[in-house]
Amino acid sequence: MTAREPIHCDLCIVGTGMAGMSAALFAANRGLRTALVGRTGEIIFATSLIDLMGVHPVESGTVWADPWAAIAALVRDQPRHPYALLPSEAIRSAIDELLDFLEANEMPFRGHPDRNVAVLTALGTAKTTYRVPLTFWAGVEARERKRPCLLADVQGLKGFSARQIASAASTSWPGLRTTRLVLPRVAGSGEVFAERLARALELDTHRRLLAEALAPHLAGVEAVGLPAILGISRSVAVLRDVEQRLGMPLFEIPTMPPGTTGLRLKETFERGLGAKGVTLFLENRVLAASMPSSGDFVLEVGRIEPELTIRAPMVILATGRFMGGGLKADRQVVRETLFDLPVHQPAGRAHWHREEFLDPRGHPVNRAGVCIDASFRPLDAAGRPVHARLFAAGSILAHQDWMRMKCGSGLAIASAWAAVGQAVGRLGRRKPPSS
Amino acid sequence: METQVVIIGGGITGVGLARDLALRGVSSLLVEAKDLCAGASGANHGLLHSGARYVRSDPAAAVECRDEGALIKTLASHCVEDTGGLFVAVEGDDESHIADFPGLCARCGIEAREISVADARSLEPVLSERLIAAFQVPDAAVDPFHLAFDNLSEALQLGANAMLHTRVTGFDCDGRHIHRVRLRNELTGEETAVAAAQVVNAAGAWAREVAALARIRLEMSYSKGSLLITDQRLARRVINRLRPASDADILVPGGTVSIVGTTSIQLDRLDRIVPTIEESEAILQAAAVMVPALATTRYIRSYAGVRPLVASSPGDGRSLSRGFALIDHSADGIDNFLSIVGGKLTTYRLMAEKAADLVCHRLGVEAPGLTRTKPLSSFAANQWTQAGLSPRRWMQAGDPEDLLLCECEMVPASAVEAVIAGIRQQGGSVGLNSIGRRSRIGKGSCQGAFCGVRLCAYLCDRGERTGRQGLEDLRSFLTARWRGMRPILWDTALLQEELQEALHCGYFGLELSDRQL
Repeated sequence: MTAREPIHCDLCIVGTGMAGMSAALFAANRGLRTALVGRTGEIIFATSLIDLMGVHPVESGTVWADPWAAIAALVRDQPRHPYALLPSEAIRSAIDELLDFLEANEMPFRGHPDRNVAVLTALGTAKTTYRVPLTFWAGVEARERKRPCLLADVQGLKGFSARQIASAASTSWPGLRTTRLVLPRVAGSGEVFAERLARALELDTHRRLLAEALAPHLAGVEAVGLPAILGISRSVAVLRDVEQRLGMPLFEIPTMPPGTTGLRLKETFERGLGAKGVTLFLENRVLAASMPSSGDFVLEVGRIEPELTIRAPMVILATGRFMGGGLKADRQVVRETLFDLPVHQPAGRAHWHREEFLDPRGHPVNRAGVCIDASFRPLDAAGRPVHARLFAAGSILAHQDWMRMKCGSGLAIASAWAAVGQAVGRLGRRKPPSS
Repeated sequence: METQVVIIGGGITGVGLARDLALRGVSSLLVEAKDLCAGASGANHGLLHSGARYVRSDPAAAVECRDEGALIKTLASHCVEDTGGLFVAVEGDDESHIADFPGLCARCGIEAREISVADARSLEPVLSERLIAAFQVPDAAVDPFHLAFDNLSEALQLGANAMLHTRVTGFDCDGRHIHRVRLRNELTGEETAVAAAQVVNAAGAWAREVAALARIRLEMSYSKGSLLITDQRLARRVINRLRPASDADILVPGGTVSIVGTTSIQLDRLDRIVPTIEESEAILQAAAVMVPALATTRYIRSYAGVRPLVASSPGDGRSLSRGFALIDHSADGIDNFLSIVGGKLTTYRLMAEKAADLVCHRLGVEAPGLTRTKPLSSFAANQWTQAGLSPRRWMQAGDPEDLLLCECEMVPASAVEAVIAGIRQQGGSVGLNSIGRRSRIGKGSCQGAFCGVRLCAYLCDRGERTGRQGLEDLRSFLTARWRGMRPILWDTALLQEELQEALHCGYFGLELSDRQL
């Protein structure tokens, strides 16, 4: 191994899920020299719905229309939930700052002020969330008003049946009609993939063909729903163009992941963060990290072998859970993978999971994770910060179950915002934003 | 409705009996409360015993296994992978037990050839370096689902009838005679009755409950056995530990995977037959002594079955007879009722034959049994449990419109269609669970998380299910798969489970009631 000239930055963020990407944005906006390291991770599995808080208590499955009231109730009942460290103004500012960035990068979001919305899923269930990509919005509005709509699926696109969705949704949204579109396919292949369709629809020819295929089915409907195939990098432009051709609103329904929705987020973040001067080491991992009591963290970064060294006085750990690689379990114990931080967890594998998958209480192992102080610093076994300049954000945090509470994105974004705020406060000096 | 014989139970014994009777020209109706192979017939090793395992504990059962195993290899060869087997001992195993083994096998007429430890390890490199003895025996692997489905299909072709998801709720008796069997469809709640001359209780672990409906007390004991399935096939042959029967002494190939087990846990009740974390740890640790890779390999799931044993005294389930019992209930006051219980997968044909002999004797039918000589017919609809078959067929056919609904195991829509046709012929119900039981869907690394959604969409799309029924179907399918995943959730499997929960709870909200969705 040859000696490498280290890359110096103010803050190294490890993890490229919603928390890591958001942290990089907030850090760049505050003038920190920021490095972001991580594999694509779970963001390509994202629905791109911004959940804030939907269900509490999970045992009763109570769905909340007002996420802020839900957070207040949650914090009252479960004071160790990371939301308890986040005033609602902070959460609000964090989400606004992130959504402003995404909008500026051609991925605008919509929602109701201070109210959750319900989005139709690929199974015809209604998912409670807070903000949705603009390309989904007409569906939210149409569902609220029970407008007659056409749902179209695509021949060869698996796991997405308009007939199934319309049937499952019929009690809450009667008047859904369905059709199946046959869109141009790669010769010799009957299967079509959402990503390929989406990239094709960035071309005018394919949008014309889509509009022509839909045209005969529009009588008596007021909007059209499609699987999420309306482009990757220019989804709003694709949406508007097809809407204009149809003369009515169009909306998307997320397909089974990994689909276009996660890719859009990934590409939008990568483009926007690069433009903000964040140094991106994507498709890389931190292979080793040392945590000196004084001086910089030293992180060895590479794909398989270490390829470069990053030195940074501060690190935000946003490596996620098992899927993201931030946590790993053997047969006995759950470990944090980068610094071997203490992981709050149930005592032994017998207590990790309930006996039934859909137990409404959720599985205890999903509340395992890293405990933090009010400054978002991981704690050691004695309850003291492991390191003065090591922070954690996102789903790796203990005492939350984002899948059941429907708080994943909100928690990721707000904890990233808070961790960056702490980092800025500890840097002791500010640099002008890099050009 | 009327039939000569009502057979209660859609396990291997029940379907074997239906075929045997059909071959003798006797009409039957098979009723099964759940689905085919819902009990021990679908939750075993898939080991076609040479009999060597029982030479010490139960020589009579060993001889039965020897003969019946040989017959199945010949007559149902399409359900068998004739792998051969090894019995191996490791350092610390009882030397006298090893020394006795060849003689005991010889006494039962079972071929057991000693080979050197080096030869054994070259045949099966996964074997421990601490091996001290090895014998080759004629064990084999059998697909119990394929075997059961073909038995039933042949019976149906010959005029038998079957009703799945149909529970026996009672018997209408007339003195010493059952004249009608009352039935309820478990899916629709619809009640019917069937008149029959003879009634056979082949309900496996549930035989006691069935007998109780006729106010007959049947003494049985229940021994739960759990097994683990590895992600990949570790050995070509069946590998047995050469020691007195204990936990995790058998590793059996199952197509592209290996199956290791079992445990033996005495049960009092049958309401929750699930594998546990404690059992998976016990299996893994014990089996790793024989095959060290079992300590580090990835597991795909676990499952549990109940050995229905005829006994009156409790004790270790393994020490009880593996032989079966044919119980003529004339002694209990009912002249046209009999129970066939206990036994093994390997001896199912013999059990069915003995039961059929008694039924025919009572009916005055003189036609001889034919299952000892007539090969089992093979049916196209039943072959899809075989690993590797559907990708092979799919590649050969090369039809671009034939989409793969299960990507882990490469099961295309055409295979699903064939399976659905088979379910209809069997009198079953088309859904995720019944299709999964008859194919490789849900058996790969995603364990149904993704293929479950695709299959659900496919079924709703072709009008088999409404949207809401599809949701219920998916919940039930995932719940069942998950019970087998829970004991092996660490490392990669835990990551996979998190992805499944993110999709099904995080996105679809399946943990919430339909009212909230």
